[in-house]
Amino acid sequence: MQRRISLALLIVCLIVGATGFVTFSSLPAHAVLPDEMLKDQALEHRARDLSRELRCLVCQNESIDDSAAPLARDLRLLLRERLKAGDTDQQVLDYLVARYGEFVLLKPRLSMHTVLLWGTPPILLVLGGIVLLFAVRRRRQADGMRESQRPLTGAEQERVSQLVGKESHL
Amino acid sequence: MIPELGHYALVLALALALIQSIVPFIGARTNDPVLMGVAAPTAVGQFAFVAMSFACLVYSYVVSDFSLSVVYENSNSLMPLIYRVTSVWGNHEGSMLLWVLILALFGALVAFFSTNLPKTLQANVLAVQAWVAVAFYLFILITSSPFTRLSPAPFEGRELNPLLQDFGLAVHPPMLYLGYVGFSISFSFAIAALIDGRIDAAWARWVRPWTLLAWMCLTLGIAMGSYWAYYELGWGGWWFWDPVENASLMPWLAGTALLHSALVMEKRNALKVWTILLSILAFSLSLLGTFLVRSGVLTSVHTFASDPLRGIFILVILVIFIGGGLSIFAWRAPLLKQGGLFAPVSREGLLVLNNLFLTTACATVVVGTLYPLALEALTGAKISVGAPYFNLTFGPLFIPLLFAIPFGPLMAWKRGDLPGVAQRLAVACVLGLVAVIAAFAIAGTHAVLAPLGIGLAVFVIAGALTDIVERSNIMRVPARVALRRVAGLPRSVWGSAFAHMGMGLTLLGIVCETSWSSEKIITVRPEQTVKLRNYDLTFGGLSQHRGPNYSALTGVFKVTRNGDEIATMSPSKRTFPVRQITTNEAALLTRGFSQIYVSLGDPNPDGSITARLYYKPLVLLIWLGAVVMFFGGGLSLTDRRLRVGAPKTARAKTAALAPAE
Repeated sequence: MQRRISLALLIVCLIVGATGFVTFSSLPAHAVLPDEMLKDQALEHRARDLSRELRCLVCQNESIDDSAAPLARDLRLLLRERLKAGDTDQQVLDYLVARYGEFVLLKPRLSMHTVLLWGTPPILLVLGGIVLLFAVRRRRQADGMRESQRPLTGAEQERVSQLVGKESHL
Repeated sequence: MIPELGHYALVLALALALIQSIVPFIGARTNDPVLMGVAAPTAVGQFAFVAMSFACLVYSYVVSDFSLSVVYENSNSLMPLIYRVTSVWGNHEGSMLLWVLILALFGALVAFFSTNLPKTLQANVLAVQAWVAVAFYLFILITSSPFTRLSPAPFEGRELNPLLQDFGLAVHPPMLYLGYVGFSISFSFAIAALIDGRIDAAWARWVRPWTLLAWMCLTLGIAMGSYWAYYELGWGGWWFWDPVENASLMPWLAGTALLHSALVMEKRNALKVWTILLSILAFSLSLLGTFLVRSGVLTSVHTFASDPLRGIFILVILVIFIGGGLSIFAWRAPLLKQGGLFAPVSREGLLVLNNLFLTTACATVVVGTLYPLALEALTGAKISVGAPYFNLTFGPLFIPLLFAIPFGPLMAWKRGDLPGVAQRLAVACVLGLVAVIAAFAIAGTHAVLAPLGIGLAVFVIAGALTDIVERSNIMRVPARVALRRVAGLPRSVWGSAFAHMGMGLTLLGIVCETSWSSEKIITVRPEQTVKLRNYDLTFGGLSQHRGPNYSALTGVFKVTRNGDEIATMSPSKRTFPVRQITTNEAALLTRGFSQIYVSLGDPNPDGSITARLYYKPLVLLIWLGAVVMFFGGGLSLTDRRLRVGAPKTARAKTAALAPAE
């Protein structure tokens, strides 16, 4: 009974853990300045979230939220203008991609040329799991045949009786 | 004269490395003890010469000998002594010299501590180690010599990049390199074993301390780098999924997998082929990391081409060692006999699962880092792969892994009992759930995922402690007996408990920092008070002062809580006239494990200034967790079972009595 309870607890934990924070909320790192911020809190919040997904084009791997470069500031202002004009998040991203190319997205879209990028982790995990499963099954079968079912050879039999004989002398 | 001496010493080290790479190898093939005996002294001699060369370079920096091109480029007579020393490795040439210094150090250590290895194995290991060394000596001498002179010699140097003028530079690169280069030992052992075509549990026992040492240094090196970025860059971020960071994370992940698979090999004589492969991969990823950072390929494919000789040279090294290593593996690995069977539900099974997730996570980082480069080279299309991608792919791979951590040490070898282990983890599980509920109660439901993360972290920490409790049977015996048992537990048990606990602490810090940080980005006027969580920060105004090689603009913030003054914080901005660079010196106030973080933006003519103020709850745990992991590794390293020179417990006594060799 106790075992079953703990197993149930375990499963609860597992589900909780697995659904848990699949996305770490991104780093709150900001080069955003007070004068850029929107009055509307909700809109500003959306702007911040979006700007973490956009690359400062002249920097090395910095989002426009992190970067202090003038271009990043221009992009932050542009992004807020679009939001104020009533664009959805998707429309803002589309607009920026149309203007600056896909390079501006820090999270590349799934398309023909990013299939491998997005596909590698899940495919590798599943493939690895399958390989392991087969390896374990094959080895257990092979071993079952070889080790436990094969009768002892004459030499082994002799050695066993020798050992047993020694044991009984002691 | 001194630089020429350093250059000459490096050439001599190359000569010794050449001897070491050939003679012991032939000795091992022909079973000639004299030829094999050459390996150890040459390894020590090599280290002596590289150390001499390195000392010459340090000396040139200390006395500000600007006739050396690297000293002129990276140093300045006004810089404080410590930065004149650390700027030795704050640039390409010097850092490569540090790389070979550490490589030679590890070679000498192996020569010194492995006197009880089988002679052929020792000779082969040191020969392989010398192959790596030869490649890097040639690289330095041909393409990146730090001893190039300028004529006429300038009067003053250009100074080290101000961003690097920090204590972090004194610790971070050497630790990181100790980790990177440390994996060369497991690589050499793997190649030597493949050449021999023979491998057993003893092999794993010899390799594990070296791998552990490298892993410890890498862990601390990465954490140190992260903390440095956190306080230096001025916006409080601590991990950016920058390719340079990824370059250090990749060998760490592979190394962590290697530590665990070598454990299976040592205890159960299983996973041999896989362990060998991981040894090769861990070092290959270290080389790849060195290549990525050093060749300039990351900034863009075009910078790489601007100095093609270096890039191509190091690419050739990469191809020879990774390609060569994997070829030898493909050719010889089938010779290795598999041993040790186990059921899927067993400690081995869990460790295999650990390896599956770690290597997949590692592959994800590799693919994410290299994909944009490959895509641009192949199709010309430019894409960016940044933090959002890694959070989305790496996170889900790591969560199941973290969840499985507490089960590992409690599971029996060969055939485990999952319900039994779950039962023993019930307390940890309950603690985790309580933490989830408590976090929901305190923080509310607007951040759903964070409380679950807290629960997972508490489960990992409590799970690590459960192992100690279970093994010493604390709950069921009198306190005195229990205490004795706890003290008598093998250090390796404590080691893994601490390492796993450290992982949980780091997770706790990450979850708290990312979910519940407060930030205020605001223009403050003198005497203005800003409320940040439970603290009030009053801006006291700006002042100017001069440092040895910079001028600083410092702001003063008085921190009060409920009217009581706690501290003053003085963030500043430093302007370095030589390079015309301004750096941000954030002020940090530590309260428990949490920190208040203040950094300055641009001042306005009216005396006000833009300031960024953060309250970061439990942020210190992120790095303290890594320190705890390091400590755990250290405990494990001092375990008698693992100590180099004590291959079998039964022999430990006689070994202790024998004179030290």
